[in-house]
Amino acid sequence: MSKKERLVAAIENGTVIDHIPAEKTFEVVNLLGLQDLDSPVTIGFNFSSKKVKKKGIIKISDKTFTDDEISRLSVVAPNVVLNIIRDYEVVEKKTVETPDTLRGIVRCNNPKCVTNNEPMATVFNVIDKATGILKCRYCDKEQRIDRVELVK
Amino acid sequence: MEKQNFVNIQNLSKEDIMYLISMAHEFERHPNRELLKGKVIATLFYEPSTRTRLSFETAANRLGARVIGFSDPNASSVSKGETLKDTILMVGNYADIIVMRHYIEGAAQYASEVAPVPIVNAGDGAHQHPSQCLLDLYTIYQTQGTLENLNIYMVGDLKYGRTVHSLLMAMRHFNPTFHFIAPKELAMPQEYKDYCLDHHIKYVEHTDFNEDTIADADILYMTRVQKERFSDLMEYERVKNVYILRNDMLGRVKDNMKILHPLPRVNEIAYDVDDNPHAYYIQQAKNGLFAREAIYSRCLGITLEDIKNDKTILP
Repeated sequence: MSKKERLVAAIENGTVIDHIPAEKTFEVVNLLGLQDLDSPVTIGFNFSSKKVKKKGIIKISDKTFTDDEISRLSVVAPNVVLNIIRDYEVVEKKTVETPDTLRGIVRCNNPKCVTNNEPMATVFNVIDKATGILKCRYCDKEQRIDRVELVK
Repeated sequence: MEKQNFVNIQNLSKEDIMYLISMAHEFERHPNRELLKGKVIATLFYEPSTRTRLSFETAANRLGARVIGFSDPNASSVSKGETLKDTILMVGNYADIIVMRHYIEGAAQYASEVAPVPIVNAGDGAHQHPSQCLLDLYTIYQTQGTLENLNIYMVGDLKYGRTVHSLLMAMRHFNPTFHFIAPKELAMPQEYKDYCLDHHIKYVEHTDFNEDTIADADILYMTRVQKERFSDLMEYERVKNVYILRNDMLGRVKDNMKILHPLPRVNEIAYDVDDNPHAYYIQQAKNGLFAREAIYSRCLGITLEDIKNDKTILP
């Protein structure tokens, strides 16, 4: 894509998160805590995309993310791509990988589960990465990754 | 030795199960000892379960331990809003083992992660009841002489009955063939049928329950249709009388067949079955004592050798 066609301003250094399903854009913002950053953040959505019908794109200046932070994204947007930018060039592309364990990221759907009744962190083992099946460490209930809520 | 929790049954290996059964067998021979003299065992019952509590407390008493605890959380600081973690940490200061019954699922696993002493799960909601499972396994072993290659028939509430789910998972080591006999509303859930497929366990499903269906059984495991597990009481009324075992259905069963039931029963085993030599549910309940003595031993790192060479056996 030429610079003329570029939809949002390029950044010198930082991270561009691309191919976010448009409706998930703000969940990604929340999950990464971007509202609390001091550096410039550009948030765009409803751009046309080949991979997803309408996509969101987020550009964060002067910020890279840890693998742990990136793995958290797997819950809301498993197919996003993170471009690491240095001196206006993409130096690395990272895809989101679903981790083996999700700790303190999503809530258990079982209202009788201890995690919903005690002040404690949830823990899920990801038992099938391809289909996104999680199993609660405590109540053993299996649930789909796209049917769980993020911890508030 | 490292502290050992007893929280769930599916994490026990085949060797663990057989070792616990060997220990329970020793305790059956000599149930009264002073093996746990000087120890304090706490029984925290967040929901009432008199039968389970008495069994755990008897096991502690017969091994010489002393017992503290509550059977009614309304009378404790739980009713003041104390978290489970705080209660467990507090009691962990006093006791050598904490036996806990809770209505919240996963409570025992969480307690075991925060407690400084071993946790024994005495039932956590609809989730697990591993000591019941161990006594069931012990009873099957005791009556059949083996756990291998048995035909196990499960009858009644297979949807909500956690004892059948635990037994199913624990038996995966022993090449069983299961027969699930239940009304459609209470059929074995798909996740457990998937578990059977994943672990190459054979199973057959039936909806009728008569002399012919049970003729090949080695173990007939009856369960109560539990009113408290139903959100729809109309559904409960509709299914509660469907699967009742009567004495006249036992004419063609195998000689070695035994009838088990986790108790309490309501009406799913007619009283005329009680005198039939195949009835075994009362002896089964007694095995709970030996199984729980074995569980305490495991928790405290007492070995089978220790139990065999025990000099504290009482007459």
